[in-house]
Amino acid sequence: MTREQRERLVVIGNGMAGTRVVEEILQRDVHRFAITMFGAEPYGNYNRILLSNVLNGSQRSEEIFLNPLNWYSKKGIQLHAGVKALYIDRQRRVVVGQPMRTTAAAYGLDGCEQTAPRCEAPYDKVIIATGSRPFVPPIEGKEKTGVFQFRTIDDCDQIAAYAAQCRTAVVIGGGLLGLEAARGLLTHGVEVTVLEALPQLMAAQLDAEAAALLKEAMEQMGVQVLLEKVSTHIFGDGRVSGLQFADGSSFATDMVVISAGIRPIVEIATDSGLTVEKGIVCDDQMRTSDPNIFSVGECVQHRGVLYGLVDPIWEQAATLAEVITDRNPDAAYTGSKLATKLKVMGVQLASMGATKAMHPDDEVVVYREPSRGVYKKLVIRENTLIGAILLGETDTAGVLTQMFTLESALPERRADLLFGSSSGAPILSVFDLPDHAQICNCNGVSKGCIKEAIQVGKCKSVTQLGAHTKAGTGCGSCKSLMLQLLEVYAGEVVEDPSEHYYVPGMPLTKPELIAAIRAFSLKSVSAVFLTLANGKEDPGSKAGLASLLKSLWPHEYEDERDARFINDRVHANIQRDGTFSVIPRIYGGVTSAAELKKIAEVAEKYQAKMVKFTGGQRIDLLGFKKADLPAIWQELGMPSGHAYTKAFRTCKSCVGTDFCRYGLGDSIALSQKIERRFQGVESPHKMKLATAGCPRNCSEAYVKDLGAVAIEGGQWELYIGGAAGGSVRKGDLLCTVNTHEEVLTMMGRFMQYYRENGKYLERTYGFVERLGIDTLRDVLVRDTEGICARLDEEIAAAVAAYKDPWAEATAPVTAGQFSAPVEVQVREREAVHA
Amino acid sequence: MNTDMTTFDERAERRWANGKTSWRSVDLGSVEVIPPGEGRTFVVQQTEIAVFRQRDGQLFAVDNHCPHRGGPLADGIVGGGTVICPLHARKFDLATGRCQGEEMPLRTYLVRVVNHRILLELP
Ligand code: SRM
Ligand SMILES: Cc1cc2nc3c(=O)[nH]c(=O)nc-3n(C[C@H](O)[C@H](O)[C@H](O)COP(=O)(O)OP(=O)(O)OC[C@H]3O[C@@H](n4cnc5c(N)ncnc54)[C@H](O)[C@@H]3O)c2cc1C
Ligand code: SF4
Ligand code: FES
Repeated sequence: MTREQRERLVVIGNGMAGTRVVEEILQRDVHRFAITMFGAEPYGNYNRILLSNVLNGSQRSEEIFLNPLNWYSKKGIQLHAGVKALYIDRQRRVVVGQPMRTTAAAYGLDGCEQTAPRCEAPYDKVIIATGSRPFVPPIEGKEKTGVFQFRTIDDCDQIAAYAAQCRTAVVIGGGLLGLEAARGLLTHGVEVTVLEALPQLMAAQLDAEAAALLKEAMEQMGVQVLLEKVSTHIFGDGRVSGLQFADGSSFATDMVVISAGIRPIVEIATDSGLTVEKGIVCDDQMRTSDPNIFSVGECVQHRGVLYGLVDPIWEQAATLAEVITDRNPDAAYTGSKLATKLKVMGVQLASMGATKAMHPDDEVVVYREPSRGVYKKLVIRENTLIGAILLGETDTAGVLTQMFTLESALPERRADLLFGSSSGAPILSVFDLPDHAQICNCNGVSKGCIKEAIQVGKCKSVTQLGAHTKAGTGCGSCKSLMLQLLEVYAGEVVEDPSEHYYVPGMPLTKPELIAAIRAFSLKSVSAVFLTLANGKEDPGSKAGLASLLKSLWPHEYEDERDARFINDRVHANIQRDGTFSVIPRIYGGVTSAAELKKIAEVAEKYQAKMVKFTGGQRIDLLGFKKADLPAIWQELGMPSGHAYTKAFRTCKSCVGTDFCRYGLGDSIALSQKIERRFQGVESPHKMKLATAGCPRNCSEAYVKDLGAVAIEGGQWELYIGGAAGGSVRKGDLLCTVNTHEEVLTMMGRFMQYYRENGKYLERTYGFVERLGIDTLRDVLVRDTEGICARLDEEIAAAVAAYKDPWAEATAPVTAGQFSAPVEVQVREREAVHA
Repeated sequence: MNTDMTTFDERAERRWANGKTSWRSVDLGSVEVIPPGEGRTFVVQQTEIAVFRQRDGQLFAVDNHCPHRGGPLADGIVGGGTVICPLHARKFDLATGRCQGEEMPLRTYLVRVVNHRILLELP
């Protein structure tokens, strides 16, 4: 069929709904229609949702296009871009359009180039997909320079450009879009304040408590929030300089973004004599009051409801495509239930349906954890979910959305809905879902579609499914459901073997990896990747491999600095603001006036942001610049305290026999000997030690990786595997010995055994528990394997190899190891590529 | 030198395809200023840019500030075209700036080696 012979379809509006419905139609029947589209925006179709990312600078505007201009020509669609459809002449069956002025807002009430010639597109069918425009409350002065709305790419560009010359900005409206706009503005270096007329943020989606927590989260991020502020007047001499509120107060600001809701664009329907109430009235087939004219998207009023999110729009578009291509003329859209997600970086928030009980029999389940900003609420009626709010932690949002939209029966244990099931069993059986149930709400992928990808497309993992169907590639909250579907339809449930890998990026257990490293004689991390992974480096595996190689080849290991975590490249601990902390070694917690003076001088000279006594009995100098580290170490003249690395850390001590009336053994001398001997010895994870002069245990030796406690009779008890961090565990008694020397020997022996047999990042509390104290006693005290002499030798060698890493202050190992960011001058230059 | 041009990769091609025929190139210095497998920070027009030199010779440049909490990415561990932020271990694809599970990609820049010098393209 030639284009002339086909039925003529005219689509008004080239946004998310208009283009989607055209795609759906083409999928069903490429030859059915000769398609003409009118788009008031002078572009192809882009993903409006991602404008929030464009505004916060994390995506460039050219990256969010879904259908670039050449898509239309490839599909044989005639697109009038930058042309507004004025009215539909239903007598003559033509749509009349006129080009827009380039400076006019696409959604403005006028904006056409009045002198430009009009164009006409004859039709057999029309689809109106004109979307919405921002609602602007009646505020005096809203036409001033510096007042913006947030709907189009052009808006984004203008806001960003204007913000560059501003110090402060105000967003009017504390809804979903207003908050996203505020977060976006922050990245343009302005101070942002959100003004909300109601007593809370996001009143449509949140209850007062969740809204208060959200306000806190926004404020922590740097966005100021003022509630119950009704703006009446924007003042300023041409340009905005401030706002006046109904309560009489005022607020100075350099710019204003109005985000106070949306209103459907309906004038084309009104002017063409179609039935319009709040929106363009449509039936379940998306038909307007004229049987040849249809409508989809935010401009539609369906069963009395208007929608402002894409999920329902996708459903409308699919239904309309079925109807208009006659695939299924009776296909019906019956309405949608909505769940929303806030896309503000750093805030997790999902909400759906009712925010509070609306009926005396409604059941409300609430969980609060204010210290972490977590709030979860369910509203349940007759054992189905009618509303939910998840703030701060949204792990179960995917399942809840499913249960909410499908109205499925809920599990008896409501806690499972908030935290995931305690038994690990799926909360909602994916079996029970119909094929049309939407699994991925970001990309609109149904269960049927995923099932097909598994059964026909042979997908076996979440990643493959994502590549195949796009499911799970948006917010990712549906991944647990995808996993369940894989389990059900891919047949057997395959255990994830990666749990047993030594490092995540190499499918080998520790013994397998060691065997391969030995077989090929691999001495560096890059050699391991080259030989065992085809040269494909996995950064997450580098540090683990480095640790293993070093223990396998103590002398021949080729130390590549890029395999180290930053702390181990610069021998200091990175802080949240990118500066570093310095903890010099203070043997046994005993210092001197001279040492303290040096510390004080360095702290002053290099402007330590804080000087603090640590939990490890020494002094932490916090907040130094990387570039100052070498000078600091030189001036301190003290060795590194290794407070940044997986190695022997400290040995705390109590005052012991020298002063304490209870002291049974010289804990200070012992602890100093321990520190001098084992400083810098590396291990699978850090080792923290203590010595106590008596079982009162003032230095907490029972809860250290290794602890020595003096007992009556001049003896020392040696405890291993203690912990008092995130896990608390009392150490197990390994042995009781008579002298300091024996303590050092036994400690060294255990350390070496742990170095050889501990998993990477396994603390001794895990290690001792895994092997069992009885086995350890057999091996290390009774020498049942005959390895004790070797262990003693190896640890002695490691001790002998100790070099103070801070010596690199005078001999940096890599170019710019401690360098400050390099300032570069920019000059104009032509392309080198020719 | 021709061999140096191998890092002129498909990202550059895409940019060319979009019709841009000239850019502002900034000379960051000899390749040796970045040790193999590591990253270094450069400040260009008040913006901190992390430039990485992978062991296989590929160069990448991205904003130095992690979109999560501003971690200095140049201090991260690099490999396989990705970098892991030193603060909370989010992993970013260096070619696209994307991070699994994060909505916000990093800004990326074109960077390549010509005559043994690192050239950064400013958008
Ligand atoms: C400075 C210090 C806190 C203080 O001001 O007192 C400290 C600071 C940090 N600790 Fe600690 N811990 C400090 C004593 C402790 C102690 C108490 C002790 O050593 O006596 C513990 C409990 C004992 C233990 O280690 O189990 C402790 C248990 C932890 C843990 C939990 C370990 C666990 O497996 O349970 C971590 C996290 C980790 O290692 O992954 C940690 C991690 C950290 C890190 C290094 C976090 C990091 O990776 O950046 C902190 C660095 C802060 C910074 O920005 O510089 N810190 N930390 C203490 C330094 C002691 C020293 O002189 O070396
Ligand atoms: C910043 C932002 C973030 C958002 N985030 C989310 C989100 O996270 N999740 C979500 O589900 N939704 C989100 N939305 C809402 C979502 O973008 C809309 O629901 C969706 O774009 C509506 O599609 P539509 O086609 O109906 O309208 P639009 O996408 O606005 O398309 C309508 C198009 O028609 C054009 N037009 C209007 N009148 C005429 C005419 N007479 N002639 C020619 N052309 C005309 C308009 O210029 C426009 O280009 C967000 C919206 C914004 C602005
Ligand atoms: S307890 Fe330790 S890891 Fe936690 S904040 Fe304090 S110093 Fe940091
Ligand atoms: S700052 Fe980069 S992961 Fe947190």
